[in-house]
Amino acid sequence: MPSSDGAILDAVGLERAFGALRVLRGLDVRVRAGEALVVAGPNGAGKTTLLRVLAGLARPSSGEVWVLGARVGPSNPDARRPIGFVSHQSMLYDDLTVRENVVLAARLYGLPDPGAAAERALAAVGLDGRGDERPRHLSRGLLQRASIARALVHAPRLLLLDEPFTGLDAPAGERLRELLAERLAAGLALVLVTHHLDEAWQLASRVAVLAGGRWVLEEPRVGELAGFLPRYHALVHA
Amino acid sequence: MPEGLRLALVVAGKDIRAELRSKTALLSATVFAALVLVIFNFARDPTALSAGDLAPSALWVTFAFAAMVAMNRAFTVEREHDAIDGLLLAPIPRGALFAGKLLANLAFVAAVEAVALPLFVLFFNVDLSRSLWGIVGTAVLATIGFVAVGTVFGAMAVRTRFAELLLPVLLLPFMVPPLVGAVQVTSRLLADRPLSEMLGWLRILAAYDVVFVTLAALVFSSVVDE
Repeated sequence: MPSSDGAILDAVGLERAFGALRVLRGLDVRVRAGEALVVAGPNGAGKTTLLRVLAGLARPSSGEVWVLGARVGPSNPDARRPIGFVSHQSMLYDDLTVRENVVLAARLYGLPDPGAAAERALAAVGLDGRGDERPRHLSRGLLQRASIARALVHAPRLLLLDEPFTGLDAPAGERLRELLAERLAAGLALVLVTHHLDEAWQLASRVAVLAGGRWVLEEPRVGELAGFLPRYHALVHA
Repeated sequence: MPEGLRLALVVAGKDIRAELRSKTALLSATVFAALVLVIFNFARDPTALSAGDLAPSALWVTFAFAAMVAMNRAFTVEREHDAIDGLLLAPIPRGALFAGKLLANLAFVAAVEAVALPLFVLFFNVDLSRSLWGIVGTAVLATIGFVAVGTVFGAMAVRTRFAELLLPVLLLPFMVPPLVGAVQVTSRLLADRPLSEMLGWLRILAAYDVVFVTLAALVFSSVVDE
């Protein structure tokens, strides 16, 4: 059952296996409103699988994911409504313009004015004025921004980000950090997976390290990244 | 409008808009249909087999293979950039997602059939003045069932590396019953036979639609969810 202590995301005992390969091994994840959990770990640690399970895109072999008190699963589409997800892939259609892609997302979430919501989301990531371009014509960084706009269009309460700074130049990265900080202040719950802790350190409320499908560390962010990195390297190379 | 229907129309509208812009599925399927008809026409020995004898089979083989080309493309677009994840992530009941993809696939296949039918008349020199609406009705009846099955298999194949190969391999066995029925009805329509001679086949086509649309809707969720 979900906790009643104000957690937006409450996942318990998550396991995910591909045949004999156990990718997630009994993970608990709890994130409250305004909190950002930054997850780091080596390649193959299970970070992307964890996000897909939290988003409801992959069924856990065992365990449960609850978002705002609703259990996430294929038979409960409304439980996915508060979730936004940015993955490695943009999830955009090349034959639609960027604006049409974001409007489509707004329609799928049943927003009352999809066009206006799309314009706000595009403006938030600095893509206003480029809405008529096709995704295939965008650079990696612009495509990433369009993907973020798609994920933000319905003002999700829980945002799951998989390497969101990939391809972004320094100003765009800074803009994204500011945007996320604003949304966190407004009550967003954030789970951000990254290999580059320096890009997400200041956003983090808590830092977790995933290795071999298990949490090997989870603690509040304290102090500077430089003080954390030696411990991080020791954990992931242990 | 019920929410499920609205969402199905959003999904179908997205597919149709994207296809109208790229025209990839429609163009390739139409060219393919024309090529199949040309091959049938020139491969036939007119001294051994009349055009009228071959016409029903040629028409339905053309429809079937062109439909597969169109349906293959419909799910290929979902694979690019993992776009299908965007649909699965949204709060859409899987039934509405299935209905949307089915509607879009039916629109694609109907468009290809609408282009292929005049080509068929041209190449096989058949007179459809008395049988046109019967053939259109048969096409509707036969197409719904195998497109429903193709929609499920397309969703299944989209996550595999060999999607383009897998769809025909999976779908062809399931296309046999509606194709046999449609060929039988079409040959009787072209021969201007009475309706009573076709009723049995029409019932089979209708039963196939009911059974396989229902089954496809039921299994779709387990196919698209990881």
